[in-house]
This record gives sequence, C-alpha cells and structure tokens, in this order.
Amino acid sequence: MTAIADLDYGTPPSAAPKTVSLTIDGVPVAVPEGTSIMRAAITAGIGIPKLCATDSLDAFGSCRLCLVEIEGRKGFPASCTTPSEAGMRVITQNSRLADLRRGVMELYISDHPLDCLTCSANGDCELQDMAGAVGLRDVRYGYEGENHLGIAKDTSNPYFTFEPSKCIVCSRCVRACEEVQGTYALTIDGRGFDSKVSPGQMEDFLSSECVSCGACIQACPTATLMEKSVIEAGTPDYAVVTTCAYCGVGCSFKAEMKGSQVVRMTPNKDGHANHGHSCVKGRFAWGYASHPDRITSPMIRKKISDPWQVVSWDEAIRYAASEFKRIQQTHGVGSVGAISSSRCTNEETYLMQKLVRAAFGNNNIDTCARVCHSPTGYGLKTTMGESAGTQDFDSVRETDVMFVIGANPTDGHPVFASAMKRRLREGAKLIVADPRRIDLVRSPHVEASYHLKLRPGTNVALLNAMAHVIVTEGLVDEAFVTARCEGPSLAQWREFVARPEQSPEATAAVTGVAADTLRGAARLYATGGNGAIYYGLGVTEHSQGSTAVMAIANLAMATGNIGREGVGVNPLRGQNNVQGSCDMGSFPHEFPGYRHVLDDSVRNLFQDTWGVTLESEPGLRIPNMFDAALEGSFKGLYLEGEDIAQSDPNTQHVTAALEAMECIVVQDLFLVETAKFAHVFLPGSSFLEKDGTFTNAERRISRVRKVMPPLAGKEDWEITALLSTALGFPMTYHHPSEIMDEIARLTPTFTGVSYARIDELGSIQWPCNASHPAGTPVMHEQEFVRGKGRFIMTEYVATHERVNGRYPLILTTGRILSQYNVGAQTRRTENVAWHEEDRLEIHPHDAEERGIKEGDWVGIVSRAGETTLRAVISERMQPGVVYTTFHHPESGANVITTENSDWATNCPEYKVTAVQVMPVFNSSEWQERHRQFNQQQLALLGRAQPGT
Amino acid sequence: MDIQHLVEMANQIGKFHEAFPDRNEALGDAAGHIRRFWDPRMRRQLLEHVDLGAAGLEPFILEAIRLKRTDLTPRTPATRS
Repeated sequence: MTAIADLDYGTPPSAAPKTVSLTIDGVPVAVPEGTSIMRAAITAGIGIPKLCATDSLDAFGSCRLCLVEIEGRKGFPASCTTPSEAGMRVITQNSRLADLRRGVMELYISDHPLDCLTCSANGDCELQDMAGAVGLRDVRYGYEGENHLGIAKDTSNPYFTFEPSKCIVCSRCVRACEEVQGTYALTIDGRGFDSKVSPGQMEDFLSSECVSCGACIQACPTATLMEKSVIEAGTPDYAVVTTCAYCGVGCSFKAEMKGSQVVRMTPNKDGHANHGHSCVKGRFAWGYASHPDRITSPMIRKKISDPWQVVSWDEAIRYAASEFKRIQQTHGVGSVGAISSSRCTNEETYLMQKLVRAAFGNNNIDTCARVCHSPTGYGLKTTMGESAGTQDFDSVRETDVMFVIGANPTDGHPVFASAMKRRLREGAKLIVADPRRIDLVRSPHVEASYHLKLRPGTNVALLNAMAHVIVTEGLVDEAFVTARCEGPSLAQWREFVARPEQSPEATAAVTGVAADTLRGAARLYATGGNGAIYYGLGVTEHSQGSTAVMAIANLAMATGNIGREGVGVNPLRGQNNVQGSCDMGSFPHEFPGYRHVLDDSVRNLFQDTWGVTLESEPGLRIPNMFDAALEGSFKGLYLEGEDIAQSDPNTQHVTAALEAMECIVVQDLFLVETAKFAHVFLPGSSFLEKDGTFTNAERRISRVRKVMPPLAGKEDWEITALLSTALGFPMTYHHPSEIMDEIARLTPTFTGVSYARIDELGSIQWPCNASHPAGTPVMHEQEFVRGKGRFIMTEYVATHERVNGRYPLILTTGRILSQYNVGAQTRRTENVAWHEEDRLEIHPHDAEERGIKEGDWVGIVSRAGETTLRAVISERMQPGVVYTTFHHPESGANVITTENSDWATNCPEYKVTAVQVMPVFNSSEWQERHRQFNQQQLALLGRAQPGT
Repeated sequence: MDIQHLVEMANQIGKFHEAFPDRNEALGDAAGHIRRFWDPRMRRQLLEHVDLGAAGLEPFILEAIRLKRTDLTPRTPATRS
C-alpha cells in the first residue's frame, strides 16, 4: 500500500493498437483491445471492489470481490481476468453482486484481527476500504472458529514486518516478488485453509532469499507487510516526487512526508526509469540523512593534527578562499583544483567546474567518473560521436539477445536487472562475459545461454574474437555498415579482426574461454534478433578500458545493432549522476557538452558569458593531481561529495598526496576518509535537502526536490557559489533552476531543458533541443552523431599487472546489492545487516591449497600494499581469481589496488591486481596505522570547539 | 611528477596507436592524444625527459613526440602551471 495513493487500475495496461467499445453501467467506454473490464471501468471512473488485483501485476482472479455481470452471459465473471470486448454491456453494481461481495468479505473478516484503530495501516488499508465499499455490517460466522490470528509476527527484516495474522492470502506479495522483482523468494505454502505466505522455505524474511526491494510491501493490501518507519511514525500526510541518490538507474520516488520528516520512500509508478519498482537502497536506505554522524557546522584547522574549530559559514568560506589565493600566489595558478562527484547534482557539478575555470583560472577539475566510466566517454565519442549510451531502459523490452559484459546488474543496478529478468523470462537469450558467476548467469527462470568465464584483463581479446567470428562467418550486417559507417575504417577493421591471431582458437589461451563456446556466443549475438550490449566497470576499469568500449561499439555497428529499440550500447553507470557530471564539463579537457578546451569558439562562448578569460590548456586528472601533489606543484584541493582516500586505487599513494597538500577543503555529509586529511570542512546537504537534477545512465534528466531544510543551513550549490564569490568570481544564482537555464543556453544538447519542461514531461532524455523537443530515447537513429560510424582497430595489449610466483592470484573488485560505493551512506543505515564487512571470495581449490577455511582471516598482498579480510569460499570464483568489495574503509581494498590505468583516460585498473593470499592472525600494518589515525581524527572531531 | 609514470603512460598511448596501418597518421594521433589530454606540466616534463635521453620511452611514441614537439610544447610558461 502507499498512503499517497495513485489511482490503481487493477490490471496492467494493454498496448494493443486496436480499440474496443463497450458500456459499463450504461457508460460508453473505449479501451485498447485486451484491457480488462476492471481497468476499463476504472478508466471510466467506475470503481469495482478488488483485493487481489493491482495494476503492477497480471490479473489473478482469486479474491472473487470484483465479480460483475455481463448481459447475455451466465454467471459472475471476475472483471480482472475478463477482457473487454466490443459491444459488451457490463453491470458492476446490483443487489446480486452486492450480496456476493459481502459474502466474500465476511469470510475474509472472520479470520482477521479487528484491531483497525491501532493497526499501522489504519486509513491506508484496502481490506478496510473494501469492507466499507461492500457495506459489511456483520460477520455471520463469528470470530471463534479456526483462524490464523495467533501466528507470530516476523520482525527479522530491519525495514519491515511480516504479520501473517493480517494476511488474506491474496498472493499479491508472491506475485510481486515473481513478476516485478524476479527473485521468487516468496511462495504460498500449504493448501486451502492452511495456505500461508512463506519467505523461502518457511524461513524468516532476513534469512530468506528476499532482497528487500519492497515490491511485496508495495503490493500488500493490508498491514501484513508494513514498513517499520510507518509503524513508528504513522501514515504520511503528503508526498514529493524526487530522484534516488544511489545508482545510475535513477529511480523516481515519492518521499512520503509528515511535516519535514520522511516517513517512507515509495517508488513512483509514473517514474520513467523504474515504473514503480525499487531496490533495498533507494526504498529503505535513506536514514543516513539524519544519522548522528552528520556534521552540521563548518569547521577549519591549520594542520590535520589540530582539533577542528567550529566557525561560521562566513569564516569558513573566507578562510578557504584565502588559502587557495595564498597557494596560487606562492605556487602558481595551476597549483589548486577541484574534484566533484557523481553524487552531486548537475547544477552542483556545473558550478564546480565553473568555479575552477573562472575563479581558479585553470582547468584542474575532475570528477569521480575518472575512476569509473571515463573510458565510456572516450570510446563512444570516438566511434559514434557522443559520450553516452544509445538507448533508454525500456528498450530492453524489445531485446532478443542481451550481452552483459563486466556488469553485475542484480547487485549494481537492481531495478534495471528486474526489467532484464522479465524480458529473459519472456524468452530473450542471455550471454554473460564475467570472470565470476554473477547471479544473472543462473537464477530462478533465468539462465544464460553462454557464460564466457574469461580471465580478468582479457576483455579486448574476447571482443576481438567475437568480431573475428562475425566477420569471417559472414555475419556482418552489410546493408547497415555500408549505409551508416565509414568505409575505410570498416575495411581496416575487417582486415584486422579477420587475422588468424584474433580467432577464438588463438585467443582461448589468453582469455580462458573455449573457442566453440565463444563462437556460439558470437553467432547468437549476431543472428539472434535485436542484440543489446550492457556493460559496466568490468569493461572500463582496465588498462585497455577505452579500447574495450570501442571494441563493443565495433560489434554493435558491425551487426547493425544501433539506432532502434531493442539494441544498442548501454553503459550501466555506477552512481546516480555519472552521466550528468560528465555532461556538465567536469573533465579537465572539456567544457559542458563534451567540447574541448582547445576549441577557441567554444572557449569564447564561455568567456563571453562568464566575463572572464579562460585557460586553453587541459588540466590535471585525478591521478595526475596526486602525482603533482607529491612532486610539489599541486597544493590545494576542493572536493565535493567524493571520498578519494577510500575509493581511489593505491590508498597509500593517495593519502601521501593528501598529506603533501597545504589546503584541502571537503564538502560532505560526514567526516569521510578524505575529510580526515582536510583543513576546511563545509557541511553539505543530502539529496533530501536540496533542489537540482540528476541524469541517469539512459541520459534521463530528472528532478531532485527538496523535502526538508538543509541540516547545515545551505544547499551544496549555495556553498560553491559562496566560495567562488569569495575567490573573486561572484555567483549570484537564487535557485538551481537558474543554473540549469545557464547550462541550456551554453550547451547545444540541453537547449530545450528547463525545470518547467522537466516538470511538464516528468523527465527528459538529452539531446533535448529544437530537433528533439521532447528528448531522445534512442540515439543514432538515422545517422550517428558524428555522421558515419567509425570502426577502430582494437589491438589487445596485455596489462603490465601480471601474476608470478610471488603474486599468483588475480584480485578483482566490485560491489554488493546492499552497499553503495564507499559506503558512507549505506554503512549508516540498517543495510549493514546484509554486509557488515568486506570479505574475500576465493575458489575452494585456491583456499584448500593455502589451508584457508570459511571465515578465516587472510592476508592479501599486492605490489602496492597489504590488508586482511575474512575469507568466503565460493565456486562463483574461477581458480586463480579472488574478489572483494570496497564498502568499508577499514578493509583497505584499495590499499592493494595499483595505479595502473587506462591508456586513454587514466581510469584505474581496479579489476586486475596480482596478489598472494595466505592465512593470517593479525591485521596488516596499514590497518593498524589506519585504526590509530582514525581514532585520532575522531578524537579531534570530538574536541571540536567554537573558533575564537 | 614521477617521470617513470609519465613514461609508462606515454608508452601505453603509443602501443594503442602503433597498431594502425598509416604510420604517419598514427604518430600524429598518438602525439595528439598527449596534447589534448595532458596538463602542460606533464608535457613539459616529458619533453625534458626526451632531451635527457628518453630512457624507457618506446621507439614509436618517442618518434611521435619528436615529430610533434612544437605542438606538445605548452603555450604557457612553467610559472603559470
């Protein structure tokens, strides 16, 4: 149930083009063929009682409350399962139907606790509503018979309760788990009167396979499944539509409120990215916004060994600006810079780069996309002409073959993974290329046709081998490539991939994938109908990340899988605003809209608009900033929302660089790892406390709406504007909508974007301009953005990071469903119930060889450093490969990763680190130092005093 | 900055472009990549390293740097960076 009720049409809409006309209670109604009578009636404003029907689920026909009469037909068909037909005359209300419905309700209520006044769903309960709607006044059977009222409540899940005594066994929760989420964690156990909802095999919810997406709670018509936050706070009073601040799916949510208190977040049925679905993070893990660890006052200190001084906003901003000015006077204009984050809104990242270019006077601006999807920008721009994915998420509904490489959607992009699984259940085929057996390889009713279990670091060899099969077996879409792509580059590429050394037989020794398996996968992708490639950081975070992205684009172009629904190249962006932060000019070589700083006409446009001379040389990228800091030419850094001391590779290199700088300004919610090295702390605002926009992985721009005042008094864009003004470049915006208006004036792909237009359309996929006034769901439809598609030769070059006798295993890193990035947000929620520490996954063979048992502490040593984690022995891994996550700072996952990076973008090679793993009894030396440093910094925070 | 790191980065750029059949175009593209994506202080240091003997730089990228030296030379003086 949702307290802020949407109109529920009972059954899903029909997409049939043909319309049928009928009358319902004498009212003429025209609906698409296949529409249920229930939906047709509700469309016409005629309510029909219902309990087991809801429009997010297929009709089920079990509750018998929605019975109707149809002239000329016998009996009382269920309106939810009976399709509308031309000429039908339907009656929804008469005394016969009323008696039947009342009789059904009597049975339900005879086995239901009559505690409505103290029930958490009071006023928000469909059973209660239906009892009223059918005029139930008495239960002839009494309440003393056999019943379910004594069944214990399951409170094991941290976010919701399961109270079987209130269950009417409508199966909405079970069907939601199957149809919407695709996990199949719930079932109806028993038969007849003994039927009951069962998580797993009569387990409690927390122990079951339930992924806490919330779909069952959303579907439940009673208080059987209920959010603990509602039980505690009561039903919400109003709702505000906003956008989730977690992954790149960018789900639309309703923040359901009481005053300025969030009571719950419910997925927005009208959300274009998520269509009413959610995951455990967006649905439940928002409590960090009011966590006691939030810092709500600005603070400064001279040295990181000093206690913090709590100061006014004026003083903090003045101090930060004076430090940056001092550093620039002493060490040069290029001695300072900034790093923004994909956790920032578009408006915030735009202001950050504007501050750097206009107030600092250099181009030393970078963003965390540097360490995740920068190769996507480079690779797709080079081949197709635009640094973005080609499709919308709904395109998957038309896909026949999904090729998922280097992505783990069920953990990283769970709501889209549900859409993928739905399409796979309908019959689409699946190819997975991943060193691990991710959940998508085999899960209920989903099984990959091919799992290409390649060795980490060999993506390019694998993709070239697929191209080899496509070219040498005559599977190229000749009509497409002739019409749409550059002839010379195609000829060059065709010759390159046809070489014997690119064949699956030749590359099998490198990739570890058997030639016949690879050939089968290539044939399926090329000939299976609409082929769509979905990829993630398992592609980009390599020394050949950009090469692999271009190899993917080559495959899509060669097979004609570009420019229509169901196909395309789809980078699954890690964080909510990766696409947006890149769009906003957050890279040191590009203005907003991916236009190079060397381009005089573009630079002049910005110079004229901003009224200041701009630097024409590219600035430092994040890894270059660290190197320059250690060399002594980079001394000051302003960070918003990015925790480089935890997220970036080779932690000890990063922290040495931070210690070498003279002024670090951190704008964040908490004393994150990087803030422990800071001299100025500017308390930021969570996504609930500010206005702005996020742009998700499908280029969809959605509104972020403020639902509560900023705890520290200022929205993040205001802080950046104040700092810029103090640096001598005034920014005088009154609202983020004015910032978006400026972006639209200066960026050709955004000229049609405004807050008013987003409000009107719900969301907009850029490009949005005179040519595409309502946005662009599918790109490159008639021609590529660059004109003709460009094939690129993608020579496989092995990474320098190689295994040897000392470091015989490859470590690859990733993330888990319940946690997000460095965990600063999710670790401060109940999500720790599922992942309280990072662990090392290791294959049983590798574990046995080393005498490692489940749960043992193991030391992981690489050329960069050493840490310790507990072991999980798992056949998901292939022998020779180990895996961990990086959500907890004390784990030190990035103490081990190296500075190797992508040749084109410097995106770090997180996915390939040669390591040794052995049982240990003590923490690593780094962990001991980290523990002491952390304690010292928390003590200094605890001793924070008002400044004098 | 760590010159060894810059040398490795330059070599990686060279490796990608070296595979292309039109050598002149490939040399230009490799140098152009450095020009378009490297901060001036990085380019300056790389050029100084070339002048000091170019240790560790592989022949292809070294040829590209020498060929396009003028383009790679930062417009701004060292003090500004």
